[in-house]
Amino acid sequence: MTGAGRLVRLILRRDRIIMPVWAVLLGLVPAGYVASFEGLFPTDAERIDYARLSATNTGFVTLYGPLHGSSLGELVAWRAGFLPVLAGLCALLTVIRHTRADEEAGRTELIGAAAVGRHAQLAAAVLTTCAAGLLMGVVLTAAMVGQGLPAAGSLAFGAEMTLSVFVFAGVGAVAAQLTSGARGARSIALTVLAAAFVLRVGGDTSAVGDGSLRWMSWLSPIGWVQHLFPYGVNDWWPALLALAFTVVTVAVAGRLQSRRDLGVGQLPARLGPASAPAGLSSPFGLAWRLHRGMLVAWTIGFALLGLIFGGVGASVLDIAAGNQGLSDVFTRLGGSDALVDSYFAGIASIVGLIAACYGVQTTLRMRDEEQTGHTEAVLTTSVSRYTWAGTNLFFALLGPAVVLAVEGLATSLTYPDGDLGEILGGVLVQLPAVWVLAGVAVLAFGLVPRLSAVAWAPPAMCLLVLLVGQTLQLDQWFLDISPFTHVPKLPGGDLSALPLVSLTVVAAALTAVGVTGLRRRNVPE
Amino acid sequence: MTEAITATGLVKRFGKVTALDGLDLHVATGEVHGFLGPNGAGKTTTIRILLGLSRHNGGAVQLLGGNPWTEATELHKRLAYVPGDVTLWPALTGGEVIDLLGRLRGGLDPRRKAELLERFQLDPRKKGRTYSKGNRQKVGLIAALSSDVELLILDEPTSGLDPLMEEVFREVILEEKRRGDRTVLLSSHILSEVEALCDRLTIIRDGRTIETGTLTDMRHLTRTTIQAELAGPPDGLATLAGVHDFQLDHDRVRFDVDTDALEPALQKLVKVGVRSLVSQPPSLEELFLRQYQKDER
Ligand SMILES: Nc1ncnc2c1ncn2[C@@H]1O[C@H](COP(=O)(O)OP(=O)(O)O)[C@@H](O)[C@H]1O
Ligand SMILES: [Mg+2]
Repeated sequence: MTGAGRLVRLILRRDRIIMPVWAVLLGLVPAGYVASFEGLFPTDAERIDYARLSATNTGFVTLYGPLHGSSLGELVAWRAGFLPVLAGLCALLTVIRHTRADEEAGRTELIGAAAVGRHAQLAAAVLTTCAAGLLMGVVLTAAMVGQGLPAAGSLAFGAEMTLSVFVFAGVGAVAAQLTSGARGARSIALTVLAAAFVLRVGGDTSAVGDGSLRWMSWLSPIGWVQHLFPYGVNDWWPALLALAFTVVTVAVAGRLQSRRDLGVGQLPARLGPASAPAGLSSPFGLAWRLHRGMLVAWTIGFALLGLIFGGVGASVLDIAAGNQGLSDVFTRLGGSDALVDSYFAGIASIVGLIAACYGVQTTLRMRDEEQTGHTEAVLTTSVSRYTWAGTNLFFALLGPAVVLAVEGLATSLTYPDGDLGEILGGVLVQLPAVWVLAGVAVLAFGLVPRLSAVAWAPPAMCLLVLLVGQTLQLDQWFLDISPFTHVPKLPGGDLSALPLVSLTVVAAALTAVGVTGLRRRNVPE
Repeated sequence: MTEAITATGLVKRFGKVTALDGLDLHVATGEVHGFLGPNGAGKTTTIRILLGLSRHNGGAVQLLGGNPWTEATELHKRLAYVPGDVTLWPALTGGEVIDLLGRLRGGLDPRRKAELLERFQLDPRKKGRTYSKGNRQKVGLIAALSSDVELLILDEPTSGLDPLMEEVFREVILEEKRRGDRTVLLSSHILSEVEALCDRLTIIRDGRTIETGTLTDMRHLTRTTIQAELAGPPDGLATLAGVHDFQLDHDRVRFDVDTDALEPALQKLVKVGVRSLVSQPPSLEELFLRQYQKDER
């Protein structure tokens, strides 16, 4: 571990802006919820009503987790239930960025040759990430106490976020040892995060219904940290599970690292064909080879999401039927049909946003290809820049269409009462909004390639609109920033062509300008 | 004789950095042309412009009679390029990359590929991520050399190859040269390589051409090192025009002499009486170093 201190300083220097941003921002988001809940539900009675409704609304439970009380603190902590996923995401990306990504780029070799212990880099990455997690927890606790919430509950709330960072720092550390590339490591860690989310959703939504699958939440680290139930039971023992998981994963990562050479992973590399198959002889064949893995992985992920959302949709109706108070509310809202419709319409924009992340990721793959020198190799053959960009964008723009369709189909499998056309339509109308976000990524890649990563800002912004928009009753202009706001709400709403056509035109313009920029600039830039 | 590559007064700026500052490069069709310069001189930048990957800010450039920026895709069918740091797709095997690049270029000769795989001792079944630096270079070289193209552009292609493989590379390039219809632009900082392979060379520094011509032309600019054991004192030799770094130790002298001052210096030695004499011909190494020292002053 010699030299870990110096490496920590190096990481702090490289991440001096981005790390405080995610740590502090995620710590501050719940503070916004306090004011909005106080404004919307000033009395205890109103809060109790809202809590009773929300605790059994499977859509809410899917997004935020279980709700067991109605105090202001409990509502805020529950509403922040998606933040542990985001904190985990930041944690695993940070650890991988400072371990495997560095190793792949050869920077570790430089450092390894200096007087630095074998585990120094792994230790430095994990320590720094965990320190950011602590900062997040402290900011959150301070902000909550500052708003007059109980100290003990605020501490548990802070711990929930800190522990999410710890756990997924551990996951990132192990994933970084398994593959020889940062991309593969990220895929593994993201799969674990997605699995943790899906398990939690499965267990929690089951708990709303007959409870037969509620144990699934206990297989998920996200489930553990949510079971601290800040301001409610304030249970501390799930924290021990999370801490133990962190210690074990980091220890495993250390052991795995001791057993391998620099630059290689655990999964052995096998021999492949000595010559290329007939399919690998065109730019499109190459793009297919590069993108097919992601396409398959995202398709499986979306199929699972569809199955879960469909199943949840079915239980929305069951609950409405069995609960007099709820049925009354539904009737007021326009009957149970309207409720189910609004559930599916709400799910559709979440699914659309996730598909946009896939679109952005696939678009930015071009930047990876450029930086690794692969693009240069292709462009010095008879392939033009337009062809190269076109074959890659084929997957970035049509891949989301495939995964959205699969999600719709899977939903109708577990919700056979629904109209397939309506459900499918509800997700497919998201495509123009998905293309706008992918178009922004093309624009960034073409015009300001070094800043390509800013293409993640719009999806983050849309997520923020989705997370805080409705709760905070913000101005319409804020909601309008997100292209998903303009998509017709289907099923239930009116299908009007104008917003869909406008979004498609915007997306096409962004893409065209981006590709033109690519034609005019240096490659690599 | 036509020119495969013509660049005159080439300027390329990256923000405030001027990478190329009026560079000239003329490569005749059918020759192997050495492109020499220390790290950061601008070799890669020039090659990127020739390949239509970068746009130049000033000067004129022609490649195989066309404009490398606007006619890139057409011209690329007639050339093959090996970068100094070949990177491979991690999930594709070496064999797949060779075939893919060949096919994207418009076809490759499978027999030539098999022969080169054998000579370079490369296992084409390994995945890209598992190759060492040297083996990645081999993949790039085999892909380029098994395509039937008019022009090979090689940017420090042997970096990372072991001496044995470097020898194979030299043999292969010499064979290409004997065919006579291929033009090769070989950027390098390994002088012995350029000495062994190239008909003509261009030396650049700080984005400017400082010397161009055949090796023989350049030897005129160099000095021969002479060591001799003399019968008497070498009066007047030290001050003779064209004699440098004169050292005298009892009856032994050692000095460098400009090629044009070689004859008067030797006549002086003969007059004094020579017991033994060693003369070292000028190497490109020296030429190179001297050019750079001269430039620095
Ligand atoms: N993309 C770039 N941005 C800024 N400077 C660059 C870039 N590419 C090259 N340079 C600079 O241009 C000069 C020439 O570089 P290069 O052509 O790579 O040299 P060589 O290949 O001869 O070693 C160097 O000073 C280098 O720092
Ligand atoms: Mg170079």
